[in-house]
Amino acid sequence: MKIRLYLAKLIDVLLPVAAMLVALLVGILLLLLLGTDPFEAYSALIQGALGNVSGITQTLTKATPLLLVGLGICIAFRGGVINIGGEGQIVVGALAATAFGVGFGNLPALILLPLTLVSGAAAGLLWGGIPGFLKARLGVNEILTTVMMNQIALRLMNFLLRGPMLDPEHVAAGTSIPQSAALPESIWLPRLVPRTLFHSGAILAVLLALAVYFLLWRTTIGYRIRAVGLNPNASRYAGIPVSKYVTLSLALSGMLCGLAGAVEVLGVHHRMLEGLSGGYGFSGIVAALFGKLHPLGAIPASALFGALLVGADKMQRAVQVPSALAIALQGLVVLFVVSSDLYVRRRSRRRVGDEGSDEPLIAEGEKREASIDEREESVEK
Amino acid sequence: MFDELFTISTLVGILHSCVRLATPYLFASLGETFGQRSGVLNLGVDGIMLMGAFFAFYVVFEGHNLWVGLLAAIAVGILMGLLKAFVSVTMQSLQGISGIGLYLFGLGLSSLLFKTLIGSVEGVSGFRQLAIPFLSDIPGIGHILFNHNALVYLAYLMVPVSWFVINRTTLGLKIRAVGHNPEAADTLGVSVNGVRYTTMMIGGALAAVAGASLSIGLQNVFQENMTNGLGFIAVALVYFGSWRTVGVLGGSLLFSLVNALQLWVQALAIPVPSEIAVMMPYIMTIVVLAFTARQIQKPAALARSYERGE
Repeated sequence: MKIRLYLAKLIDVLLPVAAMLVALLVGILLLLLLGTDPFEAYSALIQGALGNVSGITQTLTKATPLLLVGLGICIAFRGGVINIGGEGQIVVGALAATAFGVGFGNLPALILLPLTLVSGAAAGLLWGGIPGFLKARLGVNEILTTVMMNQIALRLMNFLLRGPMLDPEHVAAGTSIPQSAALPESIWLPRLVPRTLFHSGAILAVLLALAVYFLLWRTTIGYRIRAVGLNPNASRYAGIPVSKYVTLSLALSGMLCGLAGAVEVLGVHHRMLEGLSGGYGFSGIVAALFGKLHPLGAIPASALFGALLVGADKMQRAVQVPSALAIALQGLVVLFVVSSDLYVRRRSRRRVGDEGSDEPLIAEGEKREASIDEREESVEK
Repeated sequence: MFDELFTISTLVGILHSCVRLATPYLFASLGETFGQRSGVLNLGVDGIMLMGAFFAFYVVFEGHNLWVGLLAAIAVGILMGLLKAFVSVTMQSLQGISGIGLYLFGLGLSSLLFKTLIGSVEGVSGFRQLAIPFLSDIPGIGHILFNHNALVYLAYLMVPVSWFVINRTTLGLKIRAVGHNPEAADTLGVSVNGVRYTTMMIGGALAAVAGASLSIGLQNVFQENMTNGLGFIAVALVYFGSWRTVGVLGGSLLFSLVNALQLWVQALAIPVPSEIAVMMPYIMTIVVLAFTARQIQKPAALARSYERGE
């Protein structure tokens, strides 16, 4: 019995890896069809991401926001809600952090830096909390509201970067690149490796991964978030205020995405500019799924997808294979990972009775969602 | 300054743009309506649109007929629909997330193909304006309604066609049954998975046509990520329209009206922060969803996979 359980655990961990390998195989087919040499492309990709110090530091720099977003996605999923609003939450987090850091630029760095991070996190909290509240109180589908909030955030960014937040120096110089003024140098996150972009935000992200693990598995709040995610009806019966925890999980999820935006500003760009979110809101979902929705699993997963993104850029420059390949591969990984869940679910159904499983079943998520809705409806009646 | 906005010719121009710009919203959200009525949420519409837009453009760019381009888009859309159906129906995966996978796949693949096969932004001559005789001569209304290209007319034709298929045919009855109570439908001998595969193919084809309507109808170029999230809006419009074709039509027109207004405000150089104006439809959608989420009858089995009991 024990051995079977260990074997099952091992397969759980290996399934995403298998999904990745299948995606890479499909990638080879695609490249062959397009008449490019897939092995040249893949070796350029790996070489670019991991072949030298510059590649590795870039990989880790990209992995930082992916990890923060991925942690947010873990919390949302564990709480039974889906957060597709990462992009928007990153943008508002970055905007708020920039506005605060530039606006209060004369505060001492020791006070300004934490407050800048907090304002980014707070903006993300709000941006995720609104869909959370609407879901909990009014039964509005959070997938739709988070998508809408993405669009609103992008519009807000376009407006602010072309008007109120546009760099005064640029205005004076007559150029109008839509970007903000630079943050005071005193609060730039220190670089971990000199002359690279690799900054100490990575340490913050890893510490937060531990914190999220602690939150979810070692505190009452986390226990309740997971309980609501696994079975809202039973949770309500046990006296957990379900709607409060639905709001909380989306708000916390948004907070981590907002923090990702603030860290990108403070660590990499030192100002707000268009395209800062760079698809991290979606790639973070991929990383979280790959890490089996576990905060600690998200650490290696985000490093892997950071490497994929960096490697793809390098590959484009070295052998002229478009970096968009990386996006297509991510899509395939998601499709394969969610499909492989059928196997996990069938197995866990077989062993119902002898082993309780703490693993979230990705495929069960929407049944949960439906049951929240039904419950809300019956409360109305 | 605002006077310019309220001359007759400007108003006619705005309404003309509104009718025209609703085309991709209509195709995509009508397609999504089929899927959702059968209980499958397809969040990957944007990815399918991009693939449709690319293939239609590529075929036309290579010198083929516009209708061949449209057929190519439909074929790709059906394939993407089948992929989504396989993952969501056969593999019973979480529908929201598999949709994100499909979106990323379509986004990445269409960019990859575009950069490898075409490389730079090129134009083609797409569907040409087709003024309907006599009707287009009516002052004002004639230009607004009857002076568009074939794809625009086709989009509006799809509204009654979709309504008819969903509400007045056997297939429609099966779709609604499967979306409402798959167990009961199964008991009556309806193939739940078969119906859902069908609606995914219909939805995929229509989403791809929506993409094609951009690349060979309205804009006549292909660019990476040219839909800019339009497919996600189409999904929301189905909720917005309470899963009814007329509601979807209303939502599409609303979004396109705001887009048209924005275009004209820019064209006339009226100093309104247009970024603020373009936020309005999104905010409005959230507000409408918030007020109606409890009242409207959504397909009871929406986003739930179905597995036969032993």
